[in-house]
Amino acid sequence: MKSKTIKVDYLARVEGEGGLSVKIKGDKVIEAKLNIFEPPRFFEGFLRGRKFTEAPDITARICGICPVAYQMSSSHAMETACGVSVEGQLRQLRRLLYCGEWIESHVLHIYMLHAPDFLGYQDAIQLAKDYPDVVNRALKLKKLGNDIVALVGGREIHPINPRVGGFYKVPKKEEMNALGERLKWGIDASLETIQLVTTFPFPDFEQDYEYVSLCHPDEYPLNRGRIISNKGIDISAAEFLNYFEEEHVKHSTSLHAKVKERGRYHVGPMARYNLNFDKLPEIAREAAIKAGIGEKCHNPFKSIIVRAVETLFACHEALQIIENYEIPDKPSIDVKPHQSTGHWCTEAPRGLLYHHYSIDDNGIITDARIIPPTSQNQKVIEDDLFHFVGKNMNLSDEELTWKCEQVVRNYDPCISCSCHFLKLNIERE
Amino acid sequence: MNNISKTVVVGIGNEFRKDDGVGLYVSRLIQERTDREIEVVDGVPDGYALIETWDDSSFVFVIDCVASENKSGTIFRFDALIEKIPSNLFDGFSTHSISVVDAIELAGTLGRLPKSLTVFGIEGKDYSPGTQLSPEVKMAADQLVDQILEELKLSIEKIKKGS
Repeated sequence: MKSKTIKVDYLARVEGEGGLSVKIKGDKVIEAKLNIFEPPRFFEGFLRGRKFTEAPDITARICGICPVAYQMSSSHAMETACGVSVEGQLRQLRRLLYCGEWIESHVLHIYMLHAPDFLGYQDAIQLAKDYPDVVNRALKLKKLGNDIVALVGGREIHPINPRVGGFYKVPKKEEMNALGERLKWGIDASLETIQLVTTFPFPDFEQDYEYVSLCHPDEYPLNRGRIISNKGIDISAAEFLNYFEEEHVKHSTSLHAKVKERGRYHVGPMARYNLNFDKLPEIAREAAIKAGIGEKCHNPFKSIIVRAVETLFACHEALQIIENYEIPDKPSIDVKPHQSTGHWCTEAPRGLLYHHYSIDDNGIITDARIIPPTSQNQKVIEDDLFHFVGKNMNLSDEELTWKCEQVVRNYDPCISCSCHFLKLNIERE
Repeated sequence: MNNISKTVVVGIGNEFRKDDGVGLYVSRLIQERTDREIEVVDGVPDGYALIETWDDSSFVFVIDCVASENKSGTIFRFDALIEKIPSNLFDGFSTHSISVVDAIELAGTLGRLPKSLTVFGIEGKDYSPGTQLSPEVKMAADQLVDQILEELKLSIEKIKKGS
């Protein structure tokens, strides 16, 4: 029986170092693997013995694309451990900061990493030769996201202004207002983005996913809400480890997460969209319907449309926050540590980001656990590869390899983020 | 539209990884030592953002660390509008972004290059955690500051002459 292996040693246009391999025997796929060989990073080990107030700055260093997500999950987890909650305008500033990160991260992926797949280019530089206006729009939109993060966070990458309890300083009203006109342009640019990506050719491919995301009664989820799934999960962050677990597999330095009872699950834009469509603002709901994806979208290749809809949401939400901004009385609330444990999840651009910390009475971190979205999506990526190849055996090896890479890029994986390692228990003890 | 009177100096690098921060060291010293009206950009988040730094400007100087197995402290100078810069000298910011060389190519494709773009590289030696430059890298950096200040003088004279 004829067998072959599709192998990509180094995936392009993803963050971090990984590859993929698919083994085929006859007309059957035997195995599909996302190989992650980036070294483990031991951040949870670094955190032990540090002060609870240091967690946002230390964890921000896990990722240069989504540092805000790490700062938000860690700050909220510490505040929960200490029995306080950040509300009012400070909470809104956190949402604004998160919107900036979503815009910057989503635009990077949509235009620079994912669009070349659909339009048949090796990268954004080649794309720019034929679509200069499109790439110029992307750069301007991405810069808008960067500038929001810089204003609220103090700088674009690894922000320095967020802290447990709020911020070190808050923006002036005129600084916020200066972003208003640009965000109105951002809303129009997002609508044009949706129109553009809707025209891309999408393979006919749908899977029966278990979507997992936050769900808030009134808001499209960013940094608050219960964890829900379309297969019956409805829990608080404190219950996360009762329902989800991670396991080590030989071919990945990133642990694979799964629902304990059922296995693989899907986090990220498509999970948020499918579980929270009704929470999107009217303009985003209308644009999504017009784009033809409906209230539910199960084709992972169309995640590019969902990201564009979420970019529109983020621009719209940021504008609302800016228009209703009042300078808070204090840039942060007091947070007093005591021996406790706090859990929290927020929605990183790539999906659910779980943090859990134990601290002692002096606020020293005694235990830390971080489960990033790419860890959670690994099994579903492998499952997509398995089924996609199974349905597309007729493609040439070259085309199938290209499509397999695309299957991985559908999830915008951040491999560097995902490389944490359970065996860090032996560290520092 | 390029502004004839605008000169930008961009330092690139990670100041917490010793010699990788040499670009920032040079750009900060230039800011301290010049009384001329220039804009100094203290690091950029990624290659895409590099293009934004020189929009609406005329003379641009970019300084970064290079790792090319040459003698540490070696200074490289490229007129990016004339010469092709070897891509192995200035590698990417990350696998998610584009390198200095790619950013220049992208800017060229988009018609967003300044009137003059000079890229300097200093060969580094030690990229371990820390903020101190290696002695030979620091010596080269100090020399490069003098060289760029001299080039800045010439560029400003060109601006005055309207050329």
